[in-house]
This record gives sequence, structure tokens and C-alpha cells, in this order.
Amino acid sequence: MSETSGTTGLILNEPLLWEKGSKGRCGFSMPRRDVDSFPIEEGLVGAPPDFPELSEVDVVRHYTRLSQWNFGVDTGMYPLGSCTMKYNPKVNERYASLPGFAGAHPCLPAPLVQGALKLMYDLERFLAEITGMDATSLQPAAGAQGELAGIMLIHGYLKSKGVKRSKIIVPDTAHGTNPASSALCDYRPIPVKSNEDGILSLEAVSEVMDEDVAGIMLTNPNTLGLFEENIRRISEIVHAKGGQVYCDGANMNAVMGIVQMGKIGVDVIHLNLHKTFSTPHGGGGPGSGPICVRKHLEPFLPVPRVVKKNDTYVLSYDYPQSIGKVHSFYGNFGVMIKAYTYILSMGPEDLKRASQLAVLNANYIKESLKAVFDLPYDRACMHECVLSDKRQRAYKISTLDIAKRLIDYGFHPPTIYFPLVVQGAIMIEPTETESKETLDEFIEACKSIAKEAEENPGLLLDAPTRSKVRRLDEVMAARKPCLSD
Amino acid sequence: MLRVIGVDSLDRLFSAVPEDCLKREPLNLPGPLTEWELNQHMASLAASMATMPEYKVFVGAGNYEHFTPSSVLALLGRSEFVTAYTPYQPEISQGTLQGIFEYQTLVCHLLGMEVANASLYDGASALAEALLMATRITKKTKVAISTLIHPHYREVVQTYLRPTGYEVVELPYLENGKTDLSLLDGMTELAAIAVQSPNFFGCMEDLDAVHEGALEREAMFITSFTEPLAYGLLKNPGSCGADIVCGEGQSLGLPQSFGGPSLGIFATKMKYVRRMPGRLVGKTVDRNGRRGFVLTLATREQHIRREKATSNICTNQGLCALGAAMYMASLGKNGIRELAKLNYDKAEYLKSQFRNAGLKTRFDSPTFNEFVVEFPGSFQPTYNEMLKEKIVAGLPLAHYYPELANHYLMCVTETKTKEDMDTLVRGIQS
Repeated sequence: MSETSGTTGLILNEPLLWEKGSKGRCGFSMPRRDVDSFPIEEGLVGAPPDFPELSEVDVVRHYTRLSQWNFGVDTGMYPLGSCTMKYNPKVNERYASLPGFAGAHPCLPAPLVQGALKLMYDLERFLAEITGMDATSLQPAAGAQGELAGIMLIHGYLKSKGVKRSKIIVPDTAHGTNPASSALCDYRPIPVKSNEDGILSLEAVSEVMDEDVAGIMLTNPNTLGLFEENIRRISEIVHAKGGQVYCDGANMNAVMGIVQMGKIGVDVIHLNLHKTFSTPHGGGGPGSGPICVRKHLEPFLPVPRVVKKNDTYVLSYDYPQSIGKVHSFYGNFGVMIKAYTYILSMGPEDLKRASQLAVLNANYIKESLKAVFDLPYDRACMHECVLSDKRQRAYKISTLDIAKRLIDYGFHPPTIYFPLVVQGAIMIEPTETESKETLDEFIEACKSIAKEAEENPGLLLDAPTRSKVRRLDEVMAARKPCLSD
Repeated sequence: MLRVIGVDSLDRLFSAVPEDCLKREPLNLPGPLTEWELNQHMASLAASMATMPEYKVFVGAGNYEHFTPSSVLALLGRSEFVTAYTPYQPEISQGTLQGIFEYQTLVCHLLGMEVANASLYDGASALAEALLMATRITKKTKVAISTLIHPHYREVVQTYLRPTGYEVVELPYLENGKTDLSLLDGMTELAAIAVQSPNFFGCMEDLDAVHEGALEREAMFITSFTEPLAYGLLKNPGSCGADIVCGEGQSLGLPQSFGGPSLGIFATKMKYVRRMPGRLVGKTVDRNGRRGFVLTLATREQHIRREKATSNICTNQGLCALGAAMYMASLGKNGIRELAKLNYDKAEYLKSQFRNAGLKTRFDSPTFNEFVVEFPGSFQPTYNEMLKEKIVAGLPLAHYYPELANHYLMCVTETKTKEDMDTLVRGIQS
């Protein structure tokens, strides 16, 4: 194994917070006390929480060392399928931390918060344009909450027509959040199988579509990285029986400026600002999951909505058919800022170019790796491709082993064992922000691992060896849960 | 690269997209702007916002102005934390994982609970998820929530519960600013009783009485909060018997950011752990017997259980939870007590000054750093005058509680000096 970049270095140990510090230390410059102490009823007072006692340096060193055990997009290529781990421009962070935004209280009179309201108003319109929709709500705090809000809109819309339905069609390639979100609205998910090309057929949808189905939730491009080619006809079938079409927009990074979902039959779509629009993933959050809808669903969007009156912006609650609020305030404004500045930095042409290059990179990886890993659907892919461990099983090597060995080569592994329709799936999404050199290094690493699987499988079974810890005992963690110290 | 793929142009890469799905004309969007141009644009948008130090904002109501040490801001900017995703590969995510394990522990200590997670979006959805969890555990269909829970949280609860058909009963409030529990008499089929303490009026609830009411009806006892700093001083909800404690963590060192992103704090008893929504981090060992951390008990979650999951949540509010943990670790045991008492004392000082000026505080129950002031006539003209002086004199309550016209919710934290408060009172008197 060659010494590829970003693979070796000093890893420093660091104990838990409680194992550090000393009595009486405090890492906080206490604001001055300029008022007297007032009495408080004794019965109300509790014991001080048992927090560690640390100096500022203790805290700084602790978290600096912890950070060094993490792999982020800034560390290296992070080709996690369906997660769009593209580079997060630093300038976006700067804007989100401008004191005027970071210090803004959400309950001030509208004239005092015009900048934030204008930003939200404009971002809503940008996202509507990109998706080809008529209106946007920025309120959902994450993709899954966007899904939930979207299904609630469908529920509210059907209810307003006096229609009560009990089912939602969900393809077998869907993210697990789709059936879970449907269930929260008391809908029963009806699974539908994708065909031998990895997409939905008209026949399969027709077969399950009836007048008890509220709608279909499809992901386009789907989680196999394939475009749902029949989407227009599928929408017609669903609409003909009074259903609505929900699109999970997690994979929107493949089609910005190329396909507008609102123009091909989709009624409601959620976006993940932390995927397509370059806002950082933060170890799993905060995200932001706006929903864009066509005109007939607009009255049902969450309140408050930002409206423009003459030249000023105000928050309006005056939407009697609205599903209500889904967030304590207006959604993850700090994340919206970063998506807004990303769109403005890119402009219309570079957004389209980003999607083209994301698709180029994924197809390049697919073509380069199909000689070593099985490719279950050998067709042009969009922004991600799905391979599997089928050929390596002969050597008792699994997708997990391949993933762990990639860590030793300095790469974050792809998404593994998803989508469920491919046994031992390896789902690779390189994104547009990786250079050809990096893609080539990744491809070489994968080829080298495939060779090791045949010749020296122990290397894979032992991997990773260069990380802070080796493979962890997940069974023990679940059997005897230790969730706090 | 195109040659390797076997196509001759970028457009040909999209051969799988049917002709009638392709967009022909360019996107109608502004830009591109250079970084320098964007700097000017964003600076002008930010400049239109009323924030400290120019403005003195005496508003809390679920979003609090607190001092955050520079060390916390710097650490939270570490890009290894910022640009990582959910720790699916634990060997290269130990930073996030240990950080969240420590956060879970700090939150348990703060709230007096046995298990906590870092997976909820905000205080409002944390409460909605807590109520749904209670209906799953008790298999009952009705929940009672206090009208003194943040009005926005109650709206979100209604949104979440409406499609499920569960019934939400709202409990009115008493003259002393606490929840009126008398409506519970004779109520059956109750899955949960939820109150907020300190409540929306800033008053501390009688949690022992609510606990008793819940026990009598075999309902789960849920407490919500908007200001976790209060538990640096006050008895924590766990010691009062709460089954689920949920609330908003913004106060713990996170920027106000116009209301988001924030942090839904969620904690419960160990016996309910398998019914919790969201991700959990647990301690384990690696092949060499060394301590390490992993995501665990995932069989509750959507990616495995799909429609039978405890929730659709797949967020791990990692960065916000880390920020809160850094803040709590910086404060430490003595720091949080001192800071909480300082908030209490400043609010008491402001209260005393209002009283000296002849104004009434509407509810006489003890408060933490917020309280309700009643003005004799319309205060709106004075409020507007004070805005010109760059003072925001509280939050008018009439929008949320129509019966409380001319009542304002005032908040004061450690960021307001005695002089700021004196200026506020003088402005109100003039």
C-alpha cells in the first residue's frame, strides 16, 4: 500500500471531560455583577449540576483533540451516497456569523428585521425557480421534517376537498424517512418494486394506485442514482385517481438547471440545503429542509409566511388553511443564509454546471470501477452510482470490509448497505467539487483494495488500522447500553 | 473523463432524462456575485437588523441573548466538526461521537435525567415528539398541555398531532401565573400532562403537584423549557419526577440567529430508552479493548424500522449539541450556578425598579429571568418611542393572550447592565 496523501499522522489521546480538570476551575469570563443578590425561596433551589471544572485551556485542548479524530469534507473526499458531501465554502460561514444575523432576535417588530425577511423572501423565490414550483416554505428544519410537512400539506389539501385516504405509495428504493414520515400522518405506506432497470414502471404504479391512495413519494433521481424516466406518466396515473406526487429532493444536486420537477408532474418537493446548496452537515445537523409546492398546495404551507407589502417585508399568519407551524420560529435561518449566498455566488450558469460535473464525476467513477466491483444496473447514472460486493463475496470479503479498508487509504467510505434493493450496496456520490486527481486516487485505492481482497483478504478484515480506534463492538453497545457517564 | 464514459459532451451524460423533462431555457436567477460584491450585499442586509450592542433588547420568549466565550465560538468553527456528517463510520468520527456522549451526560446532569439525546430540531418539535412518545407508551389518545407552554410550541404540537387524531386539551392558567390543574379532575384516557417551567410568563410551576396529577391518572409527566440556564439555580425536573424533559437549548451558548438553528433537548428515564425518537451515542470498546463510541439502539430508527420507527428523525443535531457541551464545560459546576443566580438577580432588580416606578408585575409567583409587567393604559406609543432610542421594551402579550392587552413580557440576562435597566425604566416613566 502506497503512502497516499492524508493517511498518517500523530493521533493524540484525550480523556472524557470528567476525567480532566480540578476543583474550582472555570473557563468562562463571568459578566460583572452590578446588582445586589436577591433572596430566593429555598424550596425552589436545587443542587448545582455536576459539571466538570475546567480552565479555558483544558476545554480548548479537549475539543481540538476531539476534532482531530473526525473526518470531514475539509479532511478529504467524502463520497457518501445520497448525502452530497460537497465542499462547504468558508465565506458562507462568515456571512452567517455577521452580528446582525447571529445576534438577531426572532420576535422583534418587522421594521427591525428587514434584512432577514428580505433574505428569506428572495431565497424562497430562488428555490421555487430551481424546482419549477410556485411557492416555498423555508420552515422545516431538516429533510425529514420537510417530508413530514409535505405529507401534511397533501393531507390538508385532500381534507379540504372532503377526501379521506389511508395509503401512500413508496418505492422500494426510498429513504427510510419516507415511510416513517407517512406513518406520522397516519398513512400506510404501500411498497412498490422498481423494475429490472432500477426505476418505477407504469404497470407497477397502476397496479397499486387506487382511490384510497393519497399520493406517491418518489425520489428523483432515485437512490440507485437513476432518473425516474417515467415520472410524467406516473404523475398522470396518480393525478387521474386524485392523488398527489411528492418528490424527495435529496438528490437535486444532479439536475439543477436541467430538470424542473414542478414542470413534470411533481406537486410538492423538499430540498436539503445541507446537500444541494453547500451548507455544512455539522456531524448530522443542523440541516434545513424547505418545501416547494405548486399553486394548489400553497394555501396549506406552514405559517408564518414572509410577504412583501410595497417595499417592506412582514410575517403573515393570515392563511386559514395552513397546516400550522412546524418550527419554534421560522426554521434554521443560519442555514438559509449559507444557501442564499451559495446561490448568489454561483449564479444560474454555474449551478447548472455544478450538476453537470456532479453527474460527470459519478459516471467516471462508475465506468472506472465496474471492472472490479459488480455494477447491478449498468446504465448511465446521475450524480451517484451503486456498486456491490458480489464478486468479493467469493473471498469472504463484504462491503463493510471494503469500506473499512478505504479508511486506511485516507478516504471516507461511501454509503453502504443502502439502497436495500442491492445486496451489499456500495453507493458512491463524489459530487462536483472533487478534482480529477482526487477521483483517480480514489479509483486507484478501490482497485488496489479489490486486489487485496483476492490476494491478502486479512488486510481488509483487519481494517481500519490507522484510525483513532479499530472496529468497535456495536453489539455490546446495544446489549448493554451505556449512554452517559 | 468523457472519453472514459463514452460520451462526447456534458449534455450527453443526461441521455436517461427524457426530452420532455429537460429544461431548455436558463434558470432565472441573479448572480454570479464575486466574494467582494457579496461582502457588500450581505453587510448591507445585516446592517438593517436591530441587534446588540446598538440595540438593547429586553425580549426573551424562547430565544435568549447570552454571552458566549470566544473559545466556544472558535472551537465550534473547527471544520472537522463542521464538515463531517452523521457518524456512520465510528472509527473516523470519534470526535463527534465522544462529543455527543459527553453532551448526553451533561444534559442528564443538568436535568436530573437518566438518558438524553442530541437529535431533536428545537424546543417545539421536541415537545411534539415527547407527546407522541407518551401516546406510544401508554397507548392512550389524549394529552393535556398547559397554556403557559410557549404559544409557538403549542402550535407545533397541534400541527404534529392533527393528522393522527389524538386529542389535545389545553389547561388554563391561574391568577398567580401557574397552570390551573383543576380541569384534570375526572379526565380519563390521558397519555401525558405537559407543563413548561419556568413557563412562558417566566413563573416557576409547581412541578410536584403536576407530578401527582399525572400519577393519579397514570399519565406520563412531561416538562418543557425554553431557558435551560434556570436549572443552574433551580431544582431540576428529574428530581420532581418528570418522565420526559424536553426543551430548547439555544440558551447554552448558541447564537440567536433569528430563531434557528437551535437545539431540541430531549431526556427521559432509562426504562423508556427504546421508545425514544432520534439517534443515541453509546460507549463500547474496539478490537484492542480500547474505549470508543458508536451510534446505538438504531433498531428504533427509520433507516431500519421504516414506517414502524419511533420517529422519522434522522438528524443528529451534532454541531449545536457540541456547542452546548462546550459552553457547559466552560462554565462548569460553579460557573453555571453563578451565572444562573446573576440572571435571577438582574431580573429581580428590574422587577424592583418597575415596582418603584409604580408599575405592577402581573403574576406574583417566583420567576427566573423573565416576568410580565402590566401597564395601566396603552403602552404602545411609549414602546414605539423607545424603539427610536434603540430600546426594545419587552414582548407585547396581546397577540398570544388577547386577555392580556397592555401586558409585556420582559427578559433580562447577564448581558444587560444596571445602567441599561435603569435607562429602560426611565424611558417607560417618561
